[in-house]
Amino acid sequence: MFVPSITNPVGDFVREMVPRLAEYLPASIQSDTLNSIVAFLVNALICVIAVCAVNIGSAPILIYMERKVCAHVQCRLGPMRLGWHGTIQTIADVLKMLFKEVYAPSGADKLMFYLAPLIVLIAPFIVCALIPFGRDLVVADVSMGIPLIIAVNGFGVLGILLGGWSSNNKYSLLGALRSGAQMISYEISFTMILLFVVMISGSTNLMSITLGQEGTISDWWIFKIPVLGIIAFILFFISSTAEMNRAPFDIAEAEQELTGGYHTEYNGTPFAMFYLAEYIALVTNSALATTCFLGGFLPPCIGVAFVDNYLNMVPGVVWFFAKVFFMIWCYMMVRWTFVRPRVDQLMDFEWKFLLPVNLVLLIAGAAYIVVCG
Amino acid sequence: MSEYIILSIFLFLGAFIAAAATVVGLLLGYRTKNTKNKMAPYECGMETIGNARIQFKVGYYLFALLFLVFDIEALFLFPVMMNFREIMAGHTALSPVIVIADLAIFMAILVSGLAYAWKKGILKWE
Amino acid sequence: MIQPRFSNLPPGFRIQRETNTEEFFINMGPQHPSTHGALRLALRMDGETIVELVPHFGYIHRGMEKQAESMSYLQYIALSDRQDYLTAIQNNLGVVIALEKGMNVGVPEKGEYIRVMLQELGRIASHLVFYGCFGGDLGGQTCLLFGFKEREMIHDILEEVTGSRLTTNFFRPGGSRYDVPDTFIPRVKAFLDHLEDAMRDYERFLSKNIIVLERSIGIGVLSKEDAIAYGCSGPVLRASGVEFDVRRANPYSIYDQFDFDIPVFHNGDCYDRYKIRIAEIHESMKILRQCIDKFPKDGPWRSKEKPVRLPVGRYYSEIETAKGLYATYVVAATTGEKPYRIHTRGPSFPHIAALNKMVQGHKVSDLVTIMATLDPVIPEIDR
Repeated sequence: MFVPSITNPVGDFVREMVPRLAEYLPASIQSDTLNSIVAFLVNALICVIAVCAVNIGSAPILIYMERKVCAHVQCRLGPMRLGWHGTIQTIADVLKMLFKEVYAPSGADKLMFYLAPLIVLIAPFIVCALIPFGRDLVVADVSMGIPLIIAVNGFGVLGILLGGWSSNNKYSLLGALRSGAQMISYEISFTMILLFVVMISGSTNLMSITLGQEGTISDWWIFKIPVLGIIAFILFFISSTAEMNRAPFDIAEAEQELTGGYHTEYNGTPFAMFYLAEYIALVTNSALATTCFLGGFLPPCIGVAFVDNYLNMVPGVVWFFAKVFFMIWCYMMVRWTFVRPRVDQLMDFEWKFLLPVNLVLLIAGAAYIVVCG
Repeated sequence: MSEYIILSIFLFLGAFIAAAATVVGLLLGYRTKNTKNKMAPYECGMETIGNARIQFKVGYYLFALLFLVFDIEALFLFPVMMNFREIMAGHTALSPVIVIADLAIFMAILVSGLAYAWKKGILKWE
Repeated sequence: MIQPRFSNLPPGFRIQRETNTEEFFINMGPQHPSTHGALRLALRMDGETIVELVPHFGYIHRGMEKQAESMSYLQYIALSDRQDYLTAIQNNLGVVIALEKGMNVGVPEKGEYIRVMLQELGRIASHLVFYGCFGGDLGGQTCLLFGFKEREMIHDILEEVTGSRLTTNFFRPGGSRYDVPDTFIPRVKAFLDHLEDAMRDYERFLSKNIIVLERSIGIGVLSKEDAIAYGCSGPVLRASGVEFDVRRANPYSIYDQFDFDIPVFHNGDCYDRYKIRIAEIHESMKILRQCIDKFPKDGPWRSKEKPVRLPVGRYYSEIETAKGLYATYVVAATTGEKPYRIHTRGPSFPHIAALNKMVQGHKVSDLVTIMATLDPVIPEIDR
C-alpha cells in the first residue's frame, strides 16, 4: 500500500518517534502501515501549522510594516497609539474586521460572491508550500516547482473575476475585467522570466535552483550572468508587482477611479480574505524572487573565509527572511513612490515592451549559454 | 507523489480558512435589518441605471486568447530550457544544432504571431 | 424611433441611434473619492471609453445668493468663505472690494500690503492642494500628503493672523479686522525659504515622472477658442494659451506695483494645467518676497472705521483667485446695511461645464486626471 511521506529532518524525526510510541499500543492494532499513516498525518499537521504561521502570521506584520513605511515616506508617523509605536494596531483592526457585518448586496450571485475569496486564498497557500525556507525546510519539494507556481498563480485571477462579476456592481465589473486582463498579461512576462531562470539553472525544482547558487554573492543568478541577470531581476520585479495588483499597477482597485475595484461590495471577513491573499502574495512573490535571484536561504558570502565563516553561522531561515523582507520593503517603497499608469498604457507596456524584451532576454540568455557554456 | 498530496491538503486549507473566516464573520458580525437602501449595490449613492452584467467589449476576450497562446508556448519551452545547458554541452543524444534550429523556428512562429496581432491592432486597449 | 435599450435613458442624455457595442451608464458621484465633493457625473461609456458626460450639480446648494438678501453686507463676507473654501481669504477680498467701491473708502498702504500677502499665501495654499490632489488622483497617495504638509504651514500663518485656519473672514471695507502680529513677516520669510526647497523636491517628484507625462500630456485638451467660449478663467484659461490675469488686466489692490510674470502655456492639456500652477506658485513667491522687502513697518493698517452702508447703485468687483476669475456684483436698491441682491461669479462652474468637451473619447482614468487639473471646489459651484 502506498503511504505518502514527507522528506525533511522534521519528517524523519517524526517517522522515528511514531513506531516507538506505537509500542505502547495493544499489539493487535500495531502495523507498519498504520505507523506510516500516523507519521504522515503528524508531519502534514506540522507543515500546515508552519505554513499557516508564516502566511497568516506575516499578514499583520506586513500590514503594520506597510503602514509604517507609507507613513514615513509621507512624512507622517503612522499608527502610534495602540501598544509600543502602534504595534498592536493591526490586531485591533483584525478584531474589528471579525465583528463587521457580512452580507451580499441585492442582485449579487450569492454562491459566487462567497466563493470568490476562497479561490483567491488558495493560490498563495500552495505557492508557500513550494518555497524552500531553509536547507531542509521545504514542505513539498516537487520537481515541477516553477510550472506549478505559474499554474497556481493563474488561479487568483478566477477569484477576482468571479468576485467582480458576482457583485452586480459596475465598478466591481470594470475593476475585475481590468485586473483579469492585467494579471493574465503580466503572467506571460512572469512566466518568461522564470523560464530564463530555469534555463540558466537547468532545473524547475526550487531547491536545486537555490542550491545552484551556492558559493559567493557572484554565484547568485542575478549576478552570475552579467547584465542579463540584473535585467531579468528588474523585469521580474515589474511583472510580479503587476501580478500582485500592487501600486503602481493597482488599476484593478484604482481607488480614485473605481472606488474599490473588484472588492467594492465586499465587507467584513470576506473582504479581509482578499486583503490577506494580497499580503500572502506579497510574501510568496518576494520569496520567489529571493529563491530565483538572490540565493534563497544561502548567506551572502563574499569569498573572504574569515567573514564567510561568521555569515555561515547564521541559519538559512534567517537569511531567507532577511532577503524576503528586503524585497517586501522594495515593493512597498515602489508602491508609495509612483503614480498609477492608465489601463491601456499598462497593457501596451506589457505587450509592446515587456514581452519583446523578455523574448530578447531569453534569446540572449540562450546565446550566452551556447557561447560561454 | 507524497508532495502532491501535501499540496492538495494546502489547496483545501486555503479554501477552508477563507470559508471559516466567512462563517465566523457571519456568526460574530453585527447585524442590522436588510433595508432596500442598505442592500443596494454601491454606485456613488445613486440608483444603478440598467444591469451591471452587460455584454462587454470583445477586446478583453482577445487578450485572453493571446494569453493562452503565449502561456502554452512557455509551457512547451520548459522541458527544453530545463535541459538546455546539457544539450548544448553535448551530454544528451540530441544534436545542439538541431535543437537551436527547432527553437528558432518555434520562436519565429510565435513572434510572427505577436507581430500579426500587433499589426491587426488587437493589442490596442479600448 | 427610440431604441428600446435606451428607453430608460437617464436625464440629460441625448439619444444616439447607432451603437456598436452595448453602452452602459455609470454614475461617478455624488459619493466618489475623485469628484472632490458632492458632484455627480453621469457617464455614458463604451467599454472604458467615455462617450458622453453630464454633470449634475446642486447636492450642497445652500442658496447663498438668496441668503445674502436677508443679511447685512458684513455677514455676507463670512458667507464668501464657505464658497471656495480653499481660497477663502481671496473670496473675502472680492466681496470687500465691491463694498469699498460703494462706500468709497480707501485702504492705507500697510493694509494693502497685508491684503496682497495674504492673497498670495492663499494662492500658494490652493495650488498646493491642487498639487496634492493631482498626484493623489493619479494614484500617488504620497503627493497628497506632501502637498498638504506645506499647506498646513500656510494655515498656521493664517491662524496667527486671522484667528482661523480655513474660513478666515478677515478683510473689511477699508482694511482688515486686525493688524498683523510682529512675527508675521519673519514667519512668511522662513516659510518661503522652506517652500523653495520643498517645491524643488515636489517638482522632481511629479514633473518629470514618465508615468505622469504619459498620463497628462495630450489628455483633456481644451482649445483656446473653447476655453474662451466656455468662460474658463485662471490657470485653466492660461494653460490654453490666453494671457488673461485680472491682476494684470484690471489691477486691483496694489498689484500694479509688483514685478511678476503671468505664466502662459499653449497646449491646453492636463500637463500644462499642472505646470502652470507650479509656475504660479513660484510667481506668488516672487510677489511675497517683494512684499517682505517693501512692507511698511508702521502706519495705519486700516482706514477710519465706518458703518457698512452702501448708497443705491450697482457695484462690481473682480479678482483673480487661485482658481480663476471671482467676480461679485452687488445691487443696493436702498441705502442701508442690506443688499437687494448679490451675485457671485465663481471660476469652477464654467470649468465643469467644459468637462464634457474635454473627456469625450478618453478613459475613466483620464476623467479623474482632467477633473483634478480643473481643480474644482464643489461648494463654490453649488453655492
